[in-house]
Order: sequence, then C-alpha cells, then structure tokens
Amino acid sequence: MSKKVLVLGETREGALRNVSFEAIAAAKKVSGGGEVVAVLLGETVSEFGSELVAYGADRVITVEHPHLKSYTSDGYSQAFMAVVDQEQPQAIVFGHTAVGKDLSPKIASKLQTGLISDVTDIEGEGADAVFIRPIYSGKAFEKVKLKDDGVVFITVRPNNIAPLEREERSGDVSSLSVDITNLRTIIKNVVRKSAEGVDLSEAKVIIAGGRGVKSKEGFDSLNELANLLGGAVGASRGACDADYCDYSLQIGQTGKVVTPDLYIAAGISGAIQHMAGMSNSKVIVAINKDPEANIFKVADYGIVGDLFDVIPLLTEEFKKVM
Amino acid sequence: MNIYVLVKRTFDTEEKLVVSGGQIQEDGAEFIINPYDEYAIEEAITVRDAHGGEVTVVTIGDEEAEKQLRTALAMGADKAVLINTEDDVEELDQFTSAYILAEYLKDKEADLILAGNVAIDGGSGQVGPRVADLLGINYVTTITSLEIDGDTVKIIRDIEGDAEELETSLPLLVTAQQGLNEPRYPSLPGIMKAKKKPLEELELDDLDIDEEDVEAKTQTLEVYLPPKKQAGRILEGEIPSQVSELVSLLRSEAKVI
Ligand SMILES: Cc1cc2nc3c(=O)[nH]c(=O)nc-3n(C[C@H](O)[C@H](O)[C@H](O)COP(=O)(O)OP(=O)(O)OC[C@H]3O[C@@H](n4cnc5c(N)ncnc54)[C@H](O)[C@@H]3O)c2cc1C
Repeated sequence: MSKKVLVLGETREGALRNVSFEAIAAAKKVSGGGEVVAVLLGETVSEFGSELVAYGADRVITVEHPHLKSYTSDGYSQAFMAVVDQEQPQAIVFGHTAVGKDLSPKIASKLQTGLISDVTDIEGEGADAVFIRPIYSGKAFEKVKLKDDGVVFITVRPNNIAPLEREERSGDVSSLSVDITNLRTIIKNVVRKSAEGVDLSEAKVIIAGGRGVKSKEGFDSLNELANLLGGAVGASRGACDADYCDYSLQIGQTGKVVTPDLYIAAGISGAIQHMAGMSNSKVIVAINKDPEANIFKVADYGIVGDLFDVIPLLTEEFKKVM
Repeated sequence: MNIYVLVKRTFDTEEKLVVSGGQIQEDGAEFIINPYDEYAIEEAITVRDAHGGEVTVVTIGDEEAEKQLRTALAMGADKAVLINTEDDVEELDQFTSAYILAEYLKDKEADLILAGNVAIDGGSGQVGPRVADLLGINYVTTITSLEIDGDTVKIIRDIEGDAEELETSLPLLVTAQQGLNEPRYPSLPGIMKAKKKPLEELELDDLDIDEEDVEAKTQTLEVYLPPKKQAGRILEGEIPSQVSELVSLLRSEAKVI
C-alpha cells in the first residue's frame, strides 16, 4: 500500500539544508509510490519551494508567519499540525537536526504514534519498510518498524541517505495560512558560534583535532588541510574543554554526529562518546603518538606519529597531487 | 519548588557489548545512571538549594533500578519513585515510557521537571518532550544554563553548537545537555542518609493504567553489531613515506579524495 508522506524542509542561513533533500529521498522509499509532500515553515520561505520539487517532492506546502521566524516547539507544532490536519499523511520524515529532534517527539505525541529517530538506513519500501538506527553510542544497530497501522514517523541522520539527483521537475507550491498563538518560549538571541563555510554535519571531509593539538594555534595546520580538501575542521570534547577551539566544533554524543567520506582524527584518543559521533564515517584515518590509542580500532588507516610532523607533510603531499 | 527528575538506568556503553540471539547481553554488564540524567539531577539539587522545595527522582524499570535511585538520593535528591513494570510490560518504547511517566506526574503539580536530553542506550531523545506534551506544559531541550527568577525562567540551549538564549516560565520541562554543570559524586554521609530516604515502588495498577494503554508503538526486530570492519592498516616506515603512502591509498584504494 502506498503512503502519503510529509517531509519537513529546513533552511539554515538562507539556504535549504542537504538533510532536507535526503529526507525527501527517504520519504520516497517510505511512500512506496505514494505522494511526497514537503512542508516549509518560516517567516518567508516560499522561495525555497521549487528547489524541494527539484529534489523529488511532488508538492510543497508553506506556512509563513512572523511567529515562525525563529524555531519554537509551540509555533512549529501549531503550523505543522495544521498541515497534518489538512493532508492526513500516513507517514512523516524529519531530519535528525536540532529542530527535528526537538519537534518530532511533540508531533508524535499529538498523533499518538511511534517515532523512529536517527535513522541511518531503510530496508524495503512502503508498508514493508524497516528502519535501521544506531544504538548504544553507535556500538550496535537495531532494525525497527512500526507495530500498528498508525502514522510512520522517522527522523533521518544527516549524510546517510543519498538524496535524489536534482532534476527539472514540476510540482505545486501552495501556502496554508495558520493562526499561530500563545508561544510560551521567547527567543532572545542566538549566539552564532559555528564557523562560516562548510556545515560540519554535511561535510564530506573532516579534519578533527583533539587534546593532542595542544593549543589554539595548533588548529591552524588542521584548518589549512581542511581548506585544501574543501572540508571542515572538527574537534573532540577534550580540545573544546581545553579552549583550543569552540564547542560548536565538537563531534560526538554531545556534539555533532557526522558521516563524512573522510574523517582524519589527529591527537584524539577515541573515547566512546567521541566515536558515537563519527564511527559511521566512510573512511577513518587516525594520527596519534600512542600506538595503543582506541581510535586505531575504528581507523581504516593509521599513522603512529606526532601530528605536528604528519599534518603539515600531509598538506604538502595533497598539494602535490591535487 | 516542586521538582521532578526523570532518570534512566542504562548500560554503560564504555563497557564491552555482547550481542547474542539478536539481543544485547546484559548479564554481568555494568549499569549506570544515564550520564545526561546526572546533569539533570545535579541541576535539580542546585535549583532546590537556591529556591527551596523538594527533588523527587522517578524511574521506570525493575528492582535493579533501585541502585541508581539510591545513588541519586545520595547525591542529594529527597525522594525516589520506582515505577516497576517488570510484571506488566514486555516491550517498552518511548510512547510507553512517556505515557506512564505522564500518568504518574499529572496530579503532582510539578513546577519543574528535568530529564537528560538523550539516553546513551536507546539514543532516541523523545521521552522528555513527549511527557511535556502529555502534561500540556512547555519544554526546552539540550539546555546548558538555567536561571529561575520567580515564574520567569532564562535558559541557554545548545542548538548544533550555537547558543540560543530564551525566556519562558514555569511550569516547565527541560532536558540537560553536557556543559550544564558538573555532577557531584555522592559523599559518604550522603550515601548513609540515602539509605533512610523514602523510595516508593509503584506498579501500573497503582497508576490506574491498563496494559493495553501502554502497548509499544514500535517493534525492534533485531539488534546486531556493525559488520566487523577489516582491521585498519597501520602504516610503517619513515613518517614522510607513510604520509605519501596514505595520500595514494586515499586516492586509489579508498577513493575518497
Ligand atoms: C556524558 C559525556 C558526553 C561526552 N560527549 C563527548 C562528545 O560529544 N565528544 C567528545 O569528543 N567527547 C565527549 N566526551 C568526553 C570523552 O569521554 C573524552 O574525554 C574526550 O573525547 C577526550 O578527548 P581527546 O581524545 O581529545 O583527549 P585525550 O583522551 O586526552 O586524548 C588525547 C590524545 O592525543 C594523543 N596525542 C597527544 N599529543 C599528540 C601529538 N603530538 N601527536 C599525535 N597524538 C598526540 C594522545 O596519545 C591521546 O591519545 C563525553 C563525556 C561524557 C561523560
């Protein structure tokens, strides 16, 4: 049986996030041939509608309201539930992002349905779809499905499900007007800490430094290598706590969960909380002085050595071949 | 102030994990208070010490969870409640847990409810917001700072590394992110006192819950370890030659550059 699926599209700094395109691809699978309807919530978002269609949404519904300028669970849930009431979907897909994580349990609660969060893969299609998600800090995986015939609701981990090819497609972009009232949270300010440029959770290459980097300046050589490879710099909690870099670079259970093609860990010991955020990376390179360091257990390639020797040499070597 | 903390006894994921017959083997494993719940407990105690009132820690589980509740009492919580589902519920999911917790909390007139933002075992991060929704109160997730002044609450929360400053009011449910505080270790006198603090045990009957009302909405078909990665290759030789070997491997073998 095919399903009508709603997908929440998200923007960040004036552009759609990749995870929204990935969510559409996931929704296609879940729909089993049914209709995929993307939903955009914000102050002015209709301009992004056609891009969601290009990535595979059959239709887009926007809800625009001044109260949706910043995310609040009250504002967004009122808007999203209005779309649910109108469309009566059989499935919903969000990205497993700050917004997705905060909003999805509230919507699932209102719909009295199960929510399968942080999905990294989908087996089967439509009514047979089974969802795969990491558990126990990424040490194991589980296959889960909905038990009853309620709304199938999943959130997808960024960078795991391939988006569809961008193509010229046609699809209707319509707006729904919703009265949004009684916001119990007032957003005062957002202190942007994240570095400009590549979004860590969507980066294809990440050069991550740990306590072994030893100083703020130590991160300079990591930055240089990341720039060269068109990637982003990440960090362990150890490096953030030591103030070598900002917490927004933190990767792991508390920080960002990343799945790049290439993850280079320099001066990181490989604590389980760190690995929870990066062990799904396609190729992992570890650079560490200590041959016993845990990080070597998940590494595809390892260099036992001083990162202050290895990183600059690596940059030189890449410059030669690129 | 009437403060509740939702805690979960979890498998310590720093320990070795064994899967057999499609399930995690729990025999002999180390169990702890979910680390993010520890931040919640610590914050609850700090808020009580500043504003007065009482901290009650609540968990769903079996008798084994008493140990984690005693630890929370030893840290400084005043009362503990174990909702024992061992005989009634076979499969718990986030829907089930939230429903039971909300049924317990609905007549408690809590001013503040705290929970961890995620449990390190299941990793779903749903129970806090679901409970708040069922109780009809506001919630704020992944908080790193909490300031209460009368009914006004000022919060800083972590949103993918950015810090969001917001204002809301009580009653409220918050979920703790690392960075909120440094949880204290139970002191020896704390441990002694904890033995005498009240630990109430309830079953679904005591909460007037029918087993059917809490039937899980999701079903785990299988639990498995990730496919064993081929042992990584530790390169050898002089560092410069290791580096050029690495670059060529990344280009020709791994094909990621
Ligand atoms: C609830 C909780 C949540 C957590 N969440 C996270 C999280 O999200 N992310 C995270 O990262 N951590 C997290 N942690 C912390 C985690 O447990 C570790 O403490 C942290 O990851 C250690 O950081 P590190 O590897 O940089 O430091 P260390 O463990 O100190 O390792 C430093 C490494 O650098 C190597 N080294 C030193 N000098 C050099 C050199 N010159 N060249 C090469 N190698 C060198 C050393 O051999 C060592 O292996 C969490 C902890 C808890 C309790």
